[in-house]
Amino acid sequence: MDVTEVLLPGVGLRYEFSTEEGQRIGVVARRTGDFEFVSYPGDDPDEVRLLFRLGPEEADAVTEILGAPRIAERFADLTREVPGLNAGQVEVTAGSRFAGRTLGETRARTRTGSSIVAIVRGEDVIASPGPEQQLRAGDILVVIGTQQGITGVEHILAS
Amino acid sequence: MHTSVALLMELGIVLAVLGAAGTITRRFGVSPVPLYLLVGLLMGEGGIAPLPAAGEFIEVGASIGVVLLLLSLGLEFSVEEFTVTLRRHVPSGLVDMVANAAPGAVAGWLLGLDATGIVALAGVTWVSSSTIVSRLLDDLHRLAYRETPVVLSILLLEDFAMAVYLPILAVLAAGGGLLHGMASVAVAVGVLAVALAVSHRWGHRVGRLVDDRDTEQLLLRIIGLSLIVAAAAELAGTSAAVGAFLVGLAVTGPLAGRLRRVIAPLRDLFAAAFFLAIGLSVPPAALVPLLPVALALAVVSTGTKILTGWYAAGRHGAGPRGRLRAGTVLAVRGEFSIIIVGLVALPGNPLGPLATAYVLVLAIAGPLLTWWVSPPPVRRFQPEPAA
Repeated sequence: MDVTEVLLPGVGLRYEFSTEEGQRIGVVARRTGDFEFVSYPGDDPDEVRLLFRLGPEEADAVTEILGAPRIAERFADLTREVPGLNAGQVEVTAGSRFAGRTLGETRARTRTGSSIVAIVRGEDVIASPGPEQQLRAGDILVVIGTQQGITGVEHILAS
Repeated sequence: MHTSVALLMELGIVLAVLGAAGTITRRFGVSPVPLYLLVGLLMGEGGIAPLPAAGEFIEVGASIGVVLLLLSLGLEFSVEEFTVTLRRHVPSGLVDMVANAAPGAVAGWLLGLDATGIVALAGVTWVSSSTIVSRLLDDLHRLAYRETPVVLSILLLEDFAMAVYLPILAVLAAGGGLLHGMASVAVAVGVLAVALAVSHRWGHRVGRLVDDRDTEQLLLRIIGLSLIVAAAAELAGTSAAVGAFLVGLAVTGPLAGRLRRVIAPLRDLFAAAFFLAIGLSVPPAALVPLLPVALALAVVSTGTKILTGWYAAGRHGAGPRGRLRAGTVLAVRGEFSIIIVGLVALPGNPLGPLATAYVLVLAIAGPLLTWWVSPPPVRRFQPEPAA
């Protein structure tokens, strides 16, 4: 799928793509965090239909709805495209000394070069967790890195 | 400390009047700029309600207003956006400049203004109002339209051109020999180039200088820095406004976003003082004889803006309706035209009253015209009243 990116100086960005059914969709992403969804019906370049608008919180909610089931799939795709890069899932076991401590304390990226791009916690997905993110027993860390790096993260968390 | 009752009372009444009237204009999606000008006109010398005590404060507020207007303009600006825009929209920007500066220049020449006056009036008809136009695009739900990136790019190029134009105009207005003038212009352009390079390379360092978690600290630092640089720019013979623009330019990234939000209410308050002050400085009696000229100029320069929009939007694949929409929305002139006048207009010079009348006409008629050409596509979703 091709997504066209159009710069809106001072306002933000506009993304455009066509769905498989042939509908042309536009998403205006504003600097303020608001989103506007439109469709471009027909051949007339001047015709635009406003579908809906989302505030920052609403957009976050939609992202989570769309993102949760797809997150693992997407990383699988990513690793297929970039040779040498792998995705792995590492569980924080109840016995791990990092259960209850922050992600930053593991120093996983510094020590292994791998990034923890998401934390799956039961039904929830915490995307792009910051170093201050608390880890809990049972969390699944989605790790991107070399195979060696991912193993490294496993060792750190198991220790 | 002695509190001036008269000052507080006058200022309070003025702000309350502006506030009340602003509510009405907001409802109709019209900019408050013409309103501030009108109130200023009414209260100025020869108006119905002079302000002996608050006048001085409004003058001071006006200087701060310009600084804040230009500072937030600089904050809007990112070098990345500018380089991308430059690559794609230069022909549109040039057509915009030539087609729209011409009516002002010709009018200035016909009115017998001096070279400074001609250049100033050319600038007045050239620049659209970024604030009003972007607000209109938002209010009319046009952000997703084909022609909108072109319109925004033209605004960006104009704003940037102003950073070069204003110092040149300031030099012209200060008089002095040709050689001196050229040297000052070279310095102004040089400083601008350096500021751009600094913002590109070391923007984060400038950011660190003002950055603070505490909003109050952040506000004090950025405004302090801007006023110092503005004063230095004024001393160096360019204009305070340009100095503030450079400060805004040097701050980038998320910090710029935060600063924009922090400064916005303060800017709006002092910008109101600025527009008031311009209105105050123009005696209404001087405005009346220039109204026909202002109207004619407004009609002609609306035509040239429509041509500009037609050409620019056409280059980027918009159809006839989009091309017309682009042209009409650009017709609004506002804060920059007034800033230009603030830089050069002297008492007795017809430029001040003419430009004030011109901006009044276009800041009111422009939004109405653009609304009339293409009303918003759908009504905003009306939530049901809570049970």
